[in-house]
Amino acid sequence: MSVAPTSDLSIAPHVRRRKSSSDSFRGGSPLIYGIALVVVAVTLGPVIYGVLGGFRTNAQLAATPAGLPSPWVLDNYLGVLANPAFWQYTWNSVAVAMITTAAVVVFGTMAAYPLARYEFKGREALYMVFVLGLLFPAAVAIVPLFILITQNFGLGNTWLGVALPQAAFALPTTVIILRPFLMAIPKELEEAALLDGASRIGFFWRILLPLSGPGMVTVGVLAFVGSWNAYLLPLLLLQGENKTLPLGVADFSSEHSSDTAGVFAFTTLAMIPALIFFLAMQKRIVNGLQGAVKG
Amino acid sequence: MADGARARRARNASPATSSRHAAGSAFALPAAPVRGGRRGAGPIRRKGPDRRKALEIAVFVTPALVLFFLFVVWPILTAIQLSMYKWKGFGPLTNFVGIDNYTAVLSNPYFIEAVGHNFIVVIMSVVIQLPLGLGIALLLNRKMWGQGLLRTIIFVPYVLAEVIAGVVWAQLLLPKYGMVDALLKSVGLTPPEQGFLGDPSIAMGTVIAVLTWKYLGLAVILFLAGLQGVPDELYEAAQLDGASWWQVQRNITIPLLGPTLRTWAFLSMIGALQLFDMVWILTGGGPANATTTMATFLISQGTKASNFGIAGAASVILFVIALVMAVFYQVFILRRDVQPDNDRKNRKKVKR
Repeated sequence: MSVAPTSDLSIAPHVRRRKSSSDSFRGGSPLIYGIALVVVAVTLGPVIYGVLGGFRTNAQLAATPAGLPSPWVLDNYLGVLANPAFWQYTWNSVAVAMITTAAVVVFGTMAAYPLARYEFKGREALYMVFVLGLLFPAAVAIVPLFILITQNFGLGNTWLGVALPQAAFALPTTVIILRPFLMAIPKELEEAALLDGASRIGFFWRILLPLSGPGMVTVGVLAFVGSWNAYLLPLLLLQGENKTLPLGVADFSSEHSSDTAGVFAFTTLAMIPALIFFLAMQKRIVNGLQGAVKG
Repeated sequence: MADGARARRARNASPATSSRHAAGSAFALPAAPVRGGRRGAGPIRRKGPDRRKALEIAVFVTPALVLFFLFVVWPILTAIQLSMYKWKGFGPLTNFVGIDNYTAVLSNPYFIEAVGHNFIVVIMSVVIQLPLGLGIALLLNRKMWGQGLLRTIIFVPYVLAEVIAGVVWAQLLLPKYGMVDALLKSVGLTPPEQGFLGDPSIAMGTVIAVLTWKYLGLAVILFLAGLQGVPDELYEAAQLDGASWWQVQRNITIPLLGPTLRTWAFLSMIGALQLFDMVWILTGGGPANATTTMATFLISQGTKASNFGIAGAASVILFVIALVMAVFYQVFILRRDVQPDNDRKNRKKVKR
């Protein structure tokens, strides 16, 4: 990876041919591929080990912890799939995440609209309220939240009791991401709509909402991921049959601590569907995070 | 108010084109450009649309604000209130103790240790992930085979729930039967007797290693995204000038990546101060309180021991620490971004 003239030597020939000569810095060399491979192995290793571990028996795992399944056993996975608690946890996770996402997208978009496109006194102050919300770590509010939700709001051990605070804590990011997005929609569209006799509400419904689809998907995905992975708030608020998957995984792993293969199977089934969905949405997540970063 | 005045001025200036002017100068104005213009200007007449606008704003913003106040602001105020009472979780708040809870928390060696652990995580996250993440991002920021797949793979640990990652790692790190021990033995090393999470002297290091695994991908992805903002022309120009790969990174890429790095570090810091899930799953704060954090401290105090006053005081202290660090960071580090960034944009424009 050295000086320009010599670096040409280190660049794989087939890569070089495909590219214009100007960016010869940017080809891959064997060293780069080697490093990439190490990164991939370290990153995926534990995940793949968990998946494979689910196909082994506890005896196999104890005899050769670092071995491959031989023979492959399906019992662990079948056992989890036949476990009604697993499906209950999954259903709860889906429900809580859907409520959180709906609340964030609907209320977040509504709040971002006037902040982006109305001019009024106190607009920036109102925006600052949401920005400051970013500075409140959720951990600070967690114990009083637990008390308020169980004692004052009567929402203890309900989906809503978890979803609404999660939505509230996701609102600052949502507003911060959506506002510039809504601001970027050209003024001419709004002027045209108003000249044609649409009200601002009509403009919001018929023009702004359809155009802000991508932004709403981004904030929705971020809220969904956050809710799906959340642990602390559900841990305090949900019991028994209302538990979500992270709680279920943690419970299962401590209750069946001797059944390592079962724990691997349970964990794998809990993570794989979400993992596929989240990776498919990767671009949205990264865009959202960048949007939040840039403000 | 100001907009109204501006619009009126525009209307008075040239009545014929008034509506277009007003709409152009303040696009988000009420119906003033069209309706107000037709009716003729006048502060009294404008009240209708103004009130309507205010009503619209209220309708749009209220649900979010209500949610925000109920579930963010109120709990934090409650934390402050609780912190001044001795309260076991039921009955009225009567036993006012002033700042006793704060002195109790601040003189509690376990809490002080927990704060120390949080700071270790804050510092080690940046010290480890910044060079590693930057190195990986710089190396991967080139067209190469499997680039998209690679980026997706790097993102995997980040989108996993901390709990799930924690459970898998806890299994991997089991003493004797875990994969890590097996691998170490196979290359002739002796793993620690009580396991990586059971030995107080290395438990914290182990937690940090797992956190690095979990969050390095986020750093790499954000850095890579930042790198895409560096214009190709700069690389070309530097290359024509005979700069080496390292010189280009050192003098062009890393400085231009500055804002991304600083904001990432900020996010990482706020996250590290709130660390809970991973610790709770991996060690529960043990062994011998070697891995407690402020969050695990206040959860044990609040929900296990029902010392809500102590938990409230610990929450407020956590909040103050986070706030002070955020403000310092804002003032001393992020502020830099404002000035140089503008310079840079101008420079870029000149280049083109």
